[in-house]
Amino acid sequence: MSISHTLLGLLESGPRHGYDLKRAFDQRFGHDRPLHYGQVYSTMSRLLKNGLVEVEGVEPGGGPERKRYAITDAGITDVAQWLAEPEKPEPYLQSTLFTKVVLALLTGRSAADLLDAQRSEHLRLMRELTERKRTGDLADQLICDHALFHLEADLRWLELTAARLDALAAEVRA
Amino acid sequence: MTPAGSLLTAENLRKAYGPTNALDGAHFSIHPGEVVAVMGPSGSGKSTLLHCLAGIVTPDSGTITYDGRELSAMGDAERSALRRGDFGFVFQFGQLVPELTCLENVALPLRLNGVARKAAEGTALGWLERLEIDSLARKRPGEVSGGQGQRVAVARSLVTGPRVVFADEPTGALDSLNGERVMELLTEAARSTRAAVVLVTHEARVAAYSDREIVVRDGRSRDLERSS
Repeated sequence: MSISHTLLGLLESGPRHGYDLKRAFDQRFGHDRPLHYGQVYSTMSRLLKNGLVEVEGVEPGGGPERKRYAITDAGITDVAQWLAEPEKPEPYLQSTLFTKVVLALLTGRSAADLLDAQRSEHLRLMRELTERKRTGDLADQLICDHALFHLEADLRWLELTAARLDALAAEVRA
Repeated sequence: MTPAGSLLTAENLRKAYGPTNALDGAHFSIHPGEVVAVMGPSGSGKSTLLHCLAGIVTPDSGTITYDGRELSAMGDAERSALRRGDFGFVFQFGQLVPELTCLENVALPLRLNGVARKAAEGTALGWLERLEIDSLARKRPGEVSGGQGQRVAVARSLVTGPRVVFADEPTGALDSLNGERVMELLTEAARSTRAAVVLVTHEARVAAYSDREIVVRDGRSRDLERSS
């Protein structure tokens, strides 16, 4: 999962302090692995350097944690591109895909389009593997079968998520 | 507008069963020799779309064009002739005639088209050989396995040299290995004869045998590759 894109996406709904960003990230996406403060600040300084965020204000008392970050237009474009680009199909994508779906809903983009693009990308790879199976030997077939079953499981998750988008949107926006 | 070179096209199809909109503005097109998977959740309208495309069900509105002719402008007799000659069908449970042998089942579409018995069974045997089940020629459907029966159904769907094969969950009742073999044989045979295949399935591994997929949700279709 791309932490920098996720933090950028969280900033789209409004400027936040580093501490707020960490808390929002942990609450929505960090169930297994909460962010370290250091990760937040190193990511924010990189985003700042690249012009994707700006410092909107610094609270009295100083220290990096009192900086209030706001996303720039370039940052919004960067999030949009990341969300629109399907992930390379591979096992255990769920955490990245889940993050993308939630952020699309949070930022008013089409999560259904995102899921459809991903579904198409998965099927494209499944076609390649099926063709490789057709022309390959038994070892090829077994290796491709393993990948195909995993991709199929991902696809079922994509379909189920598509069917639950309305409910998820209501929960995320509550 | 009909996409250039397409063999079968549907535009803005609507079909309601009572208060339920089975199709709510669905589009579709397929080229000769192309295998298109129609995917979507249960009840999304994918089977209704297939039935409309095949002229089995008449849509409430919208147009279906086959080879430059509009299906709704055809009479019943013309549509029936189309289904017997230009179209082939494979269903989830074979739907073979239990009283006939496998050979007679495969020859049946030719017999209905007026082909003499000997000639019809000769062509049918060729298809049984091609699908590696000629040893079943004299057996009845009740004496063969599900996978073998489905191969017989595939042979029957191809025996008239159709230009479009409609396959509705053709592997739905089979295990993975048999389902895979049926898909290999169906797509190989269709590609070698340049028959287009409309493949309704909810299984991604079956859809992976297609060239392209469309997704039907709530009666509306989405062509992912063409819309991206």
